Amino acid sequence: MIEYILGHYNYWIVIFLMMTGFYIVISRGNMIKKIAGLNIFQVSVFLLYISIGNVRDGTAPIITEGFTVYSNPLPHVLILTAIVVGVATTSLALALVVRIREAYGTIEEDEIHNKDQSL
Amino acid sequence: MIETHLSLLLVVIPLIAAPIVAILPNGRLPWLVTLLVSLSCLVLAIMQLWNVADGSIISYELGGWAPPWGIEYRIDVINAFVALLVAGVAAVTLPYALLSVEKEIPTKQISLFYSAFLLCLSGLLGITQTGDIFNLFVFLEISSLSSYALISLGKQRKALTAAYQYLFMGTIGATFILIGIGLAYAVTGTLNMADLAARLPEVEATRTLQTAFIFLLIGVAIKLAVFPLHLWLPNAYAYAPSVITIFLAATATKVAAYVLIRIIFTVFGASLAFQEMHIHWLLLPLASIAVISASLVAIFQYNIKRMLAYSSVAQIGYILLGIGIASATGLTASLLHLFNHALMKAALFMALGAVLYQVGSVALQDMAGLGRRMPWTMAAFVAGGLSLIGVPLTVGFISKLYLILAAFEQGWWWLIVVVAIGSLLAIVYIWRIVETAYFKPTSHSNVTEAPLSLLLPLWLIVIANFYFGIDTSLTVSVSESAANMLLGGKP
Amino acid sequence: MKHNLILRVVSKILIPLIILFGLYVQFHGDFGPGGGFQAGVIFSSAFILYSLVFGLDTAEKIIPPPVLKVLASLGVLLYAGTGVASLLLGGNYLDYSVLAKTPLAGQHIGIIVIELGVGITVAAVMLIIFFAFAGRGRT
Repeated sequence: MIEYILGHYNYWIVIFLMMTGFYIVISRGNMIKKIAGLNIFQVSVFLLYISIGNVRDGTAPIITEGFTVYSNPLPHVLILTAIVVGVATTSLALALVVRIREAYGTIEEDEIHNKDQSL
Repeated sequence: MIETHLSLLLVVIPLIAAPIVAILPNGRLPWLVTLLVSLSCLVLAIMQLWNVADGSIISYELGGWAPPWGIEYRIDVINAFVALLVAGVAAVTLPYALLSVEKEIPTKQISLFYSAFLLCLSGLLGITQTGDIFNLFVFLEISSLSSYALISLGKQRKALTAAYQYLFMGTIGATFILIGIGLAYAVTGTLNMADLAARLPEVEATRTLQTAFIFLLIGVAIKLAVFPLHLWLPNAYAYAPSVITIFLAATATKVAAYVLIRIIFTVFGASLAFQEMHIHWLLLPLASIAVISASLVAIFQYNIKRMLAYSSVAQIGYILLGIGIASATGLTASLLHLFNHALMKAALFMALGAVLYQVGSVALQDMAGLGRRMPWTMAAFVAGGLSLIGVPLTVGFISKLYLILAAFEQGWWWLIVVVAIGSLLAIVYIWRIVETAYFKPTSHSNVTEAPLSLLLPLWLIVIANFYFGIDTSLTVSVSESAANMLLGGKP
Repeated sequence: MKHNLILRVVSKILIPLIILFGLYVQFHGDFGPGGGFQAGVIFSSAFILYSLVFGLDTAEKIIPPPVLKVLASLGVLLYAGTGVASLLLGGNYLDYSVLAKTPLAGQHIGIIVIELGVGITVAAVMLIIFFAFAGRGRT
């Protein structure tokens, strides 16, 4: 049992990070903190991909003498794409926050809500 | 040469045009290029549907790498049908966009606006073309990211918070999809949808696979605005620029519905989804609640764009009902409603866009007396409303007819009751506007009819609403053969 | 920033090295680890360092934002154009094998041009993002 739990440690890290990020997104009212939470949430999935692409004792998939076991490179390629998507999302979200701050004068969600209601 | 590269050109033409448009000077040139691109996409989409209408499958290997290793564009009648819908809506929206965008978007952002529009178009078309599930995720994010940016360009400051909220919901949805893809890949070692479908029976019933399926389902449900996950949609549609509301309401949720259908029926297969996982016990109640509750909420809205956005949530409920029934007739109803709802929502939002253009507001009280001030626009709104309710001779009637037929086949009377209640509530919320527009004295003495460039596309869509409601040969035959193909039979 | 002599001198030494490393990653990408994404980010970081030390105005004089916008589009067009070129030469989209006499040479040319396009766009876009955020609110 212990071995089962420890043997899948990569999943535990992923789940911990994922839930941490998700909790920040849900619980925080500060828009920048929410973006940080979203990033942690996304990064946990990157780790999931990378860790399942790893082959024990495998090397980089370049043909060289003496190595026959290679890690799967495809998850890395996929995650490179997902990272780019993540960068685009983050910068778009930050840009929105900048404009929200200019329009409302605050980046706290409840204050923004109050300002919209009072109109 | 065009013939062999059809599916690719559909995606690449808008993708190449987007950076070109971005560096064009502001003015009418970006619009012209966008219009030409979307018209050529429409022609290509028609040719594509023509090619696959007999049930054949076109496969296109990107970079010459054979599937399942390379990315494959795999076109059957369902893809071609949805692609035609997206390209068609874009081509009709753009003539309308010229004046509307000049009024609602600051001049210095116009070329970037059209560039983002093209990216969104390219992403949506890409989703319909690709046969690779990771490629699908990338296209989904291209279209979503550009739509977040486009929504945030709305005039009111609430557009910003709406876009921010949509960005969060959308990104969480996309990440869920990514997890699902990763787990499915871990089990099968392939990303090609057809190859996944072929390999899944070997590994069926493992926990990982079921988890992958649920993650994908929930991720797509967020993008589709399925009932409890729909909270981003009303604000996003209500505060976006008119053109974007028309385009997204008519295409984005439809493409997400297509992705849902693909994942359930093509990739994981109906037997896993319905016999093992019993997802209809999730889909059908949620869809029924969506139909009734969203229609109820719509009745109490004073911003008419927001009201129609809630109505969209209800209409997505109808599409899900068809999917949940999972019979050939049910799927036909879903695919029909996919197409028909795009037509009616495009008509309604176009009419509202014309009102916004002339009056400057879409609040209920500002629509008083507009029936006499803007007769053509409001007549089109009423026609679209009739279609939404499901009056015979309109497209809304056809899809509800098939949905009721499907429920009848299963003997599910409660489902017919749900559809009937939904239609009754639709009468109520459409009637509120008709009453205000036609039977209340106007407060605007100087409002006139909208310009012709707004009215022509509007009436084109309205006529399409009636044409496809009377001559159903194209839509019904395509939907039926698509439904049969999805359920594994011969088209 | 006039008085931070150490910063100015150190960054003047570092920036050429960063650019050189960026170019190495860029052109090494077709037969080793590297490629356009990484190279683009490294390349843009040199300019970001420059503008942090010497100020945004000086940096914008070296690479004006309108030029960046054109470069960002140019990179995408280079990528897409390679695909169109392979279409015109009778292959499928992005099928590099038809770009030269032998498929091997074609694959080499194809991937170098594609990665160049990626590198240009990524570098330009990173700088655009940086300038957009850093320059916001200035008049």
